[in-house]
Amino acid sequence: MPLVTHQEQAASILSGPSDSLEFPDWFRDQQREAWQQFESLPNPTRKNQAWRFSNVALLDLAPFRISPPLSEDDRKNILKYSRGLDQVAGRMIFANDQLVERDVVSEDLKRRGVIFQTLERAMVEHADLFRKYFMSTEATLGSAKFAALHKALVSSGTFLFVPRGLEIELPIEIFHWLRHDNMSVFPHLLLVTDELAKVTVIEHFRSCSRTAPGFACGVNDLIAGPGAKVTYVCAQEWANNVIALQMNSTVVDHDASAMSLNLHVGAKYSRFESLSRLMGEGGRSDLLAVAVARQQQEFDARTLQDHISPRTASDLLYKNALDDHARTIFGGLIRVEPHAHFTDAYQKVRNLLLSDDSEANSMPGLEILADNVRCTHGATSGQIDEEELFYLRSRGIPTRAAQRLIVTGFLDEVIQRLNHSVIGDHLHRLVEGKFAA
Amino acid sequence: MKSETTAINIDRGKGDFFYPEAHVRDAGAGLSERTIHYIADVKEDPDWVRDFRLRALRTFWEKPLPIHWASKELEAIDFDKIRYYLAPGTEPKRSWEDVPEDIKRTFERLGIPEQERKFLAGVEAQFDSEAVYSNIKKAVGEQGVIFIGSREGLKNYPEIFRPWFSKVIPVGDNKFSALNSAVFSGGSFIYVPPGVKVKHPLQAYFRINAENFGQFERTLIIADEGSEVTYMEGCTAPKFNTPTLHSAVVELVALKGAKIQYITVQNWASNVFNLVTKRGLAHENAEVKWIDCNIGSRLTMKYPGVIMKGRKARGEVLSIALANDGQHQDTGAKMIHAADETTSNIVSKSISVGKGRATYRGLVHVPKHLKNCKNNTECDALLINATSRTDTYPAITVRGTGNSVQHEASVSQVSSEQIFYMQQRGLSEAQAMSLSVNGFVNDLVRQFPMEYSVELKRLIELEMEGSVG
Repeated sequence: MPLVTHQEQAASILSGPSDSLEFPDWFRDQQREAWQQFESLPNPTRKNQAWRFSNVALLDLAPFRISPPLSEDDRKNILKYSRGLDQVAGRMIFANDQLVERDVVSEDLKRRGVIFQTLERAMVEHADLFRKYFMSTEATLGSAKFAALHKALVSSGTFLFVPRGLEIELPIEIFHWLRHDNMSVFPHLLLVTDELAKVTVIEHFRSCSRTAPGFACGVNDLIAGPGAKVTYVCAQEWANNVIALQMNSTVVDHDASAMSLNLHVGAKYSRFESLSRLMGEGGRSDLLAVAVARQQQEFDARTLQDHISPRTASDLLYKNALDDHARTIFGGLIRVEPHAHFTDAYQKVRNLLLSDDSEANSMPGLEILADNVRCTHGATSGQIDEEELFYLRSRGIPTRAAQRLIVTGFLDEVIQRLNHSVIGDHLHRLVEGKFAA
Repeated sequence: MKSETTAINIDRGKGDFFYPEAHVRDAGAGLSERTIHYIADVKEDPDWVRDFRLRALRTFWEKPLPIHWASKELEAIDFDKIRYYLAPGTEPKRSWEDVPEDIKRTFERLGIPEQERKFLAGVEAQFDSEAVYSNIKKAVGEQGVIFIGSREGLKNYPEIFRPWFSKVIPVGDNKFSALNSAVFSGGSFIYVPPGVKVKHPLQAYFRINAENFGQFERTLIIADEGSEVTYMEGCTAPKFNTPTLHSAVVELVALKGAKIQYITVQNWASNVFNLVTKRGLAHENAEVKWIDCNIGSRLTMKYPGVIMKGRKARGEVLSIALANDGQHQDTGAKMIHAADETTSNIVSKSISVGKGRATYRGLVHVPKHLKNCKNNTECDALLINATSRTDTYPAITVRGTGNSVQHEASVSQVSSEQIFYMQQRGLSEAQAMSLSVNGFVNDLVRQFPMEYSVELKRLIELEMEGSVG
């Protein structure tokens, strides 16, 4: 038996970047600079429009720590439980930001120029690519402070580069685990696709214990080159005591298309910001999200569909099912910049309230500074239709099961948009599992 | 100058003239406790009103400008340069003949009181700080309807007005409601007794005539149980070289089963800051309906609200905004559901022309444990030119099951095919554009009283002139 617990050996995240990690000097400098930025930026308040309705009191970082190295037992167990998709093109598993395993991509893909590496190796071996894209988009949706924190404390992550014209059929899979109480992780994904490349990535966010408190502050940057096709799926299943922030940014070049789906079933508080920038004509971005919020959970989604170039399209569909005392917030904006004529943008958020104490807040926004655009948005909040319920019950389905059928049907509409049956089935099971719990 | 005598004359050319000032009462520029005492002295305010003003002034000083969400344009207002009280120093006249000649000419040019003779039940005309003319038809007066200025209301009928005064909109609601509470003068206080249905609309006309002047009227309408009343206001000002401020507070109280309809046609000159707080309180089965048209001003920030306090209360906001070059129409609605089975409806249509910017800002709130509340919101924006801008910022909170809320917004422009089609049939491009825009607002304008819908359409035509081609 160890005399000191894992937690006691761990440094507080508020003590700043550690010098013990082996990073190039330029990266260390960036981290120190980011730390100063984190310290100088004010804490979010609800008065700030970007944090309106959000329960900012939950963002107390004092209890959270940076994990010391995990034991062999921990690593073995984590490996055992890292089950996601059956067939993948490559896989990385992190626990407390420590690499547990990397299933390298096939020799064939490697030979054709695919780079699939940890962040710390990529910044040395592919410094040019890395420096060009690493956190190149500012976090403008409210979390600049937490993006700075991430930058200061990130210690590992995934770098994936898909070269010109290469299509990777099978998904790439990444696991991030939280192990032990009050640990923190700073998951990072940097995905760069060259012209006409195609790739699908799924990230699983999981906790080893169902009750362990923890903190996750992730950044993922997707860069879709000209004509590229990028699909990104996030399956967030943190334990119910975790505070999670995730800053997603997608840059879509001309004729490229990016699709992202964020599924949220875990965490006590999960804020996810998605910024999609449409930089070239013919670009398209699909933003999808599914959330099942129960008990005291709060999901806070902020989005920006930023149309910078003419003739671009974006389509957002976010659906929330809320039970018990859960709260959801949606703050979204379609922004059509001057000269981005012929924009086609769509935004829809739908809330299904299942209990009297649940609360859904929607702020769908539009800012149109160009001409010849087609922009619509809609927000609805309602409950299960009594007639639908009656129909199912009259066919012998018990109320509880009928409700679950209706709710999963409601959410499946989003999942089906992915058009990927294997990942779709996996996400569907997560939604069902949440109701069985 | 146009000579037709339409009901409400609100085209811009018509309002853009002014007469030399001959104010007997002038509080001077800038705002201090002395200004407040000056106003209170001149108006012979009761002590409680004077204290109310002083408290409000402190609140105004404490509150920051809301520029963390609103337009930074607000910083252009220099509160030290504004003159807060100007009046000719006389009581409002009951007879048109008694109104001083120059002021009479002003309102005659604007078409008052021909309107009154034609179809109004009562009219009040405010010139800078005070009402200069106030009249109510005998028949309506005999029904017990009270229609007077804010000063007379608080002084002569405190038992009626004081219980509701500043209760719908508290002093500290926002910086500008605090400012209004400190320096308010003029406006209409209306009381409609139980069961009385005022057939014709009551009207007020607001005019700013002096440079650097801020107009702060205060309106309170109480419709007692089962009564009905329609109130219309129009606003104009000439275009001075320095910005002018208009900051009103309007409170409506609809008691059980009462109906209030409040119609505004705002056509301030294009350098007026129009920062107005409007809210209605609807008791059981009551209905408050705002019809809000914003055509003029440099920056308008106005979000009429309804608090549905009683069961089955109903709130409605119908809003049309037209933003031309140099204008920002920041308008919207607030719907607070505070009882079961309450319903609200918001329909907002905006048109952005040239470099104009139209913004919709909305709030819909359905708190816990309410049943069968419904809200419907529709916002449509029309962009005319490539430089036009439109924004939509709604915020919707729904708690619990049993309620349904839907919000929909769209942005579009007049399609070139539509224009082509009409041009083929012999219309000029400008005519075709104007027809399309009228088509865009038509289903909303149709719900307005006749006199207003005709005038509004004509006004939109005028504003659209020269915007294409």
